[in-house]
Amino acid sequence: MSGRQVGGIAPKRLSEEACTANFADLVAPLKPNEARVAADRCLFCYDAPCVTACPTSIDIPLFIRQISTGQPIAAAETIFNSNILGSMCARVCPTETLCEGACVKLTSETRPVEIGRLQRFATDWAFATGRQFYRAGAPTGGKVAVVGAGPAGLACAHGLARAGHQVTIFEGRPKGGGLNEYGIAAYKVNGDIAQKELEYILAVGGISVEYAKALGRDFSLERLLAGFDAVFLGVGLGATNDLGIEAGVTGVLDAVGFIADLRQAPDKSTVPVGRNVVVVGGGMTAIDAATQAKLLGAEVVTIVYRRNKTKMPASKHEQDIAQTRGVLIRENLRPVAIESADGAVTGITLEYTREDGGKLIGTGERITLPADQILAAIGQVLKASDLENAGLATKSGRIAVDEDRRTSIPRVWAGGDCVAGGLDLTVAAVEDGKRAAASINTYLTGAAEPHMLKAGE
Amino acid sequence: MADLRSSLAGIKSPNPFWLASAPPTDKEYNVVRAFKAGWGGVVWKTLGEDPPIVNVSGPRYGAVHGTDRRVIGFNNIELITDRPLEVNLREIKAVKRDWPDRALVVSLMVPCEEKNWIAILKQVEETGADGIELNFGCPHGMNERGMGSAVGQVPEYVEMVTRWCKTHTRMPVIVKLTPNVTHIRPPSEAAVRGGADAVSLINTVNAIMGVNLDLMTTAPHVGGLGTHGGMCGPVVKPIVLNMLAEIARNPKTASVPISGIGGVENWRDAAEFLALGASNVQVCTAAMVYGFRIVEEMIAGLRSWMLEKGYTCLDDFTGLATPKVTDWNQLNLDYIVKARINQDLCISCGRCHIACEDTSHQAIINEKNGKRRFEVIEEECVGCNLCAVVCPVENCITMVELQDGELDKRTGIRVGGHRTWTEHPNNPAAASPRLAKYAAS
Repeated sequence: MSGRQVGGIAPKRLSEEACTANFADLVAPLKPNEARVAADRCLFCYDAPCVTACPTSIDIPLFIRQISTGQPIAAAETIFNSNILGSMCARVCPTETLCEGACVKLTSETRPVEIGRLQRFATDWAFATGRQFYRAGAPTGGKVAVVGAGPAGLACAHGLARAGHQVTIFEGRPKGGGLNEYGIAAYKVNGDIAQKELEYILAVGGISVEYAKALGRDFSLERLLAGFDAVFLGVGLGATNDLGIEAGVTGVLDAVGFIADLRQAPDKSTVPVGRNVVVVGGGMTAIDAATQAKLLGAEVVTIVYRRNKTKMPASKHEQDIAQTRGVLIRENLRPVAIESADGAVTGITLEYTREDGGKLIGTGERITLPADQILAAIGQVLKASDLENAGLATKSGRIAVDEDRRTSIPRVWAGGDCVAGGLDLTVAAVEDGKRAAASINTYLTGAAEPHMLKAGE
Repeated sequence: MADLRSSLAGIKSPNPFWLASAPPTDKEYNVVRAFKAGWGGVVWKTLGEDPPIVNVSGPRYGAVHGTDRRVIGFNNIELITDRPLEVNLREIKAVKRDWPDRALVVSLMVPCEEKNWIAILKQVEETGADGIELNFGCPHGMNERGMGSAVGQVPEYVEMVTRWCKTHTRMPVIVKLTPNVTHIRPPSEAAVRGGADAVSLINTVNAIMGVNLDLMTTAPHVGGLGTHGGMCGPVVKPIVLNMLAEIARNPKTASVPISGIGGVENWRDAAEFLALGASNVQVCTAAMVYGFRIVEEMIAGLRSWMLEKGYTCLDDFTGLATPKVTDWNQLNLDYIVKARINQDLCISCGRCHIACEDTSHQAIINEKNGKRRFEVIEEECVGCNLCAVVCPVENCITMVELQDGELDKRTGIRVGGHRTWTEHPNNPAAASPRLAKYAAS
């Protein structure tokens, strides 16, 4: 009997070799001539729509032109000037809805310029050469605490260090990178890229990181404000919504944890997965969990989403990734009960739904899908303990910030997924961190624009 | 039915596609392969006197690459044939015997002494070749020895050697011209005065293809040193078209048949050459890049286009565009066009705007009612065509002719009339009939 047919939740459904092959790069890196040909398709638009569509406003036409002229290293500098996490964004951005979705080539042709792959080509080049474009600024005496070593915190810390401020990052987990390290499907970020990027960012100097130090557990916001001139909160969303129907049975898991376990496993085949897996949800987390469950060797993987497919937060492109790997997406189904035997999940009962003027209505008709593993991917929320200091105004359950990413508490800025009104994307978190760094610098030095030193200066 | 049969100075070939004198025509082996592939004729790689020349064994070729390493400019520093004269003559004779329906012309280059030319002409005649082409064009190596372009750049030499050849052989004489001159008319007129049966042009253009920024020498180089070579390929085609037109419209040379050479890669290039007055074309670079089989596309493409246009033979369209080439001072200064952007085709890249805004006449807006939109401001548009040139979408921007009586919003003048510079009031010379005549001459 092959590993695929083992019932329940089991590791080693596939061999290590098969798993490694399954988890290879989703999108292959461009080879040098391929990159030049891809770059040659760029029209170098005036006031380019792709730049407008990028939350961090990377000068895309310029960096692509630099690739076409044989200067991928200069292209990387152009990218990092706007987005120090450009390497990760090249891999995880939903480019089809951002830069590539705005590419004028989609009007004259059917394919956009491959901006994401070109950005990866340039930034990979920079990492391979180890070239640093920036250095820490002359010390200003300013001390800033950054809570969370995710994309927002890292972008903020990098900007502050370049402006000459002394930065301490507090990270609750044993590794930095935030969702880039723990929350992205493994096949999008091969080669330990999140840690490479982290090292590259920290190499600017002037930033120290304290790992396994979490806000609300190991220190308070009040204490940070006493020891630092300013605080940036980039805590992300630490808690997940539960289905509300779990009955203390084994086999019901939080998809975020499943994805994190997979990312941390050196040999993916050791991660246990069900034979019949049902993923509840319609976002990126649902897609990443379902697709990876399939790649681990689960026999049947089904995503159930309560609304119509077109309403799924996961883009068509992401849905296609799951479906072409054999995941079945079923729409208009909402969970009503977990079925179990001997304390273990055996299935999930769902009710069909329809929408009436945007309102979701159960039709009463039910279906039970066999399942030995259920992964809940129905949203993440701000951890209450991160808000322990009363007075931090919130909006829709997240921290309220202004344009400069200031919170309601003086000397406290925030960004990334924990703030209200964002896109819940790495690239948006980077922009938050960037803006907060500029604002914090203005607060600390009075300068309108920080003078960012380049490595050669 | 489209008949592709072609004739140049009485030399007949089943189609107008010949291989130029170059490496592809250096040996019987290559030429037979070319004929099997369908080429209508070849000009055998230039013969010289024994002992044979010696080529470099470092890189002989260099290139300018376009997208996806497409060769758009090609350079060589190879000399004439490096094989013994006797071997070449024997092979030429064999090929002509085996392929009687194809044109076989022999390119020649010997020192500028009448006796040297007499000697080689006699030997070539014995091969049964259809004609000779005088290589007055090679711009590297041989010119340093007083041959090639060193002859082609001096009209008196061109005329002298041409006359010797016409005197000492019954074979048709084609004079191959170098583009490395200030003006193509003097050497082409000299060839005609010398009695040339046809001219062929161009030979290659003096060029250095690149600089190796690591070694600080040319790219490529031969043992660390470089020299200019001769460039050909698609980049030289516009130069050829101009020189072709200059010869075809010059009354002193208008009647001499022309074999067009330089940058011909496909049927369209060939059709353009013929439309400007060439009787056939010679190809080298495209064959060296893609192999002999490209002639299939040339033959099929030209035939298909001729059928579409209703041309039954090459003469039906040869030279039709020649009379349309004139001097600048004969252009109508009252002809007014305005750029028009087809909004249905526009992809909003904005290149027309920035080109016009930065470098020309500020005649294209980039926003309307707060939205990204590109439109021509007719009050500012001079009809320069820059926007249409830079537009990445074919036919999105067109130059629309204003009709008689329409208002040119830029000048406030109603369109009409026909004034050339020779007649224009701003031309001081036009005020005096004598000067006007001079200006028009």
